[in-house]
Amino acid sequence: MFKLIASSLGGVVLAVALSAHAAPAPVTIKIDNFTFNSPALVIPVGTTVTWVNEDDVPHTAVSDDHKTFRSKPLDTEDRYSFTFNSPGEYPYFCSIHPHMTAKIVVKAS
Amino acid sequence: MTEDPHRRRFLECMAWAGTGVLWTVSGGVAASVSLDQALAGTRRGARGAIKPFTFLQVSDSHIGFNKPPNPDARATFREAVAKIQAMPAKPDFIIHTGDVSQLSKPEEFDDADQILGEAGITTFHVPGEHDMLDEGQGKAFLDRYGKGALGDGWYSFDHSGVHFVGLITVKDLKAGGSGHLGDDQLAWLKADLGGRSASQPIVVFTHIPLWAVYPAWGWGTDDSEQAMALLRRFGSVTVLNGHIHQVLQKVEGNISFHTARSTAFPQPAPGSAPSPGPLKVAADQLRPSLGIRTINVVRGRQPLALIDTPLA
Repeated sequence: MFKLIASSLGGVVLAVALSAHAAPAPVTIKIDNFTFNSPALVIPVGTTVTWVNEDDVPHTAVSDDHKTFRSKPLDTEDRYSFTFNSPGEYPYFCSIHPHMTAKIVVKAS
Repeated sequence: MTEDPHRRRFLECMAWAGTGVLWTVSGGVAASVSLDQALAGTRRGARGAIKPFTFLQVSDSHIGFNKPPNPDARATFREAVAKIQAMPAKPDFIIHTGDVSQLSKPEEFDDADQILGEAGITTFHVPGEHDMLDEGQGKAFLDRYGKGALGDGWYSFDHSGVHFVGLITVKDLKAGGSGHLGDDQLAWLKADLGGRSASQPIVVFTHIPLWAVYPAWGWGTDDSEQAMALLRRFGSVTVLNGHIHQVLQKVEGNISFHTARSTAFPQPAPGSAPSPGPLKVAADQLRPSLGIRTINVVRGRQPLALIDTPLA
C-alpha cells in the first residue's frame, strides 16, 4: 500500500515537471483598423506570439528598440511569430504607422 | 457642349484617384493648377521677376496596391502619366513626393519607373514610409533614386532662381511618433539655407506633412517646427507633400503648406473615420469627389490660395 502511494506521488511530481517544460499556449494578436487588438498583453515566459494582419494595408510589429523583434512588412493575412524567452516589458509599434503602439508583458513562471 | 465620352469616363476615373498637380512659379510664388486645367490651357500667372516655369507634383502612386477601391494602382498611375504627356507645355521636371511603391518590392519600383519614364521628364523623388520596407530599410530606394543625395537621402537644387529642398520625413520613425526629420538633416538644412537671400523663393518637398494635420493618425512631423524656424525668414516658402491622399492647405505667414492627392486611392478626411485606411468609394459615389483645382495666383510675397472644387 505504502509503495503504491509513493509511486502515484512520483507520477504527480513527474506531471508537474513536464508541464513546467511544455511551452505555454501560443497567443495571436490581430492587427485590424490600424490597431493591435491587445494593447497590453500579459503572457508567461516562453509564449509564442503571432501577429496576423487583417487590415487592408501593410503593417509591421517592431519592438521599440528596433532590435528585439522586427517583422517584415505584413500584407493582408500575413503572419509573424516571435517567442518571448525572457521576462520583461516589450513595447512595440508599427514602423509604417508609428502612431500604432502596444506592449507585451512577459512574466517569469 | 459635347464631350468626348471616352475623355469623360477617363476624367471620372482620374478625379477620384487624383492626378498630378501642376505647379507654376511666377514672381516667386508657386501656384497650383489641376492637370485638367493645364490641358485646357487655362493656366494663369507666368509673370514676375523669376523666369516663369512649370513643374509637376505626383504622389503616392503605391504601385502594387490592388485592393478596394482600386484594383490596379499601376493603371491609374499610367493614366496620370498619360495626362502629363498630353500637356501642351512640358513641365521642366516632376517631383514625386513618395510612396512610389506599396511594399518596396523591386518590381514595384521597376514598374513605377517604367510608367513615369513614359513622360520623358526628369523626376526628383523623396521616399514615403512604404518605400522604406526593404531589408535595408530604405536602401533600395536610396540606391535607385538617391544618387547625389546626402545623409538618408536629402538634397537641394536651384532651378531658374528658385531653391528646391527635398527632405526625408520617413526614416527611423519612432514608436508613438509621426514623421521625423532628425538632427543631422536639420543641421544640413540650416547650412543649406544659411547663406541664401531671404528674397529667394523656396520650395520644400517631402512625404509626410510638415504641419500637424492630424497627429492621432501620425499626419504630421514631430520636429517640423525646427525646420519652420529656419524657413520663416524667407519671403516665399511653399511646402509640398503627399502621404494623406487628399488636398489640404494651410498658410502660416510666408509659408504655405499643400498636401497632394494620390494616384492610387483616397484617404478619409482627418478624424472622419475610425482609421486612415483607404477610403472605399463606390463607383456611383465617385462624382462628388471629382474635382478641378482652381488657383488664385497671388503675386509678390503673399501666400497663394489653392481651391479645389468638386464637379458635382
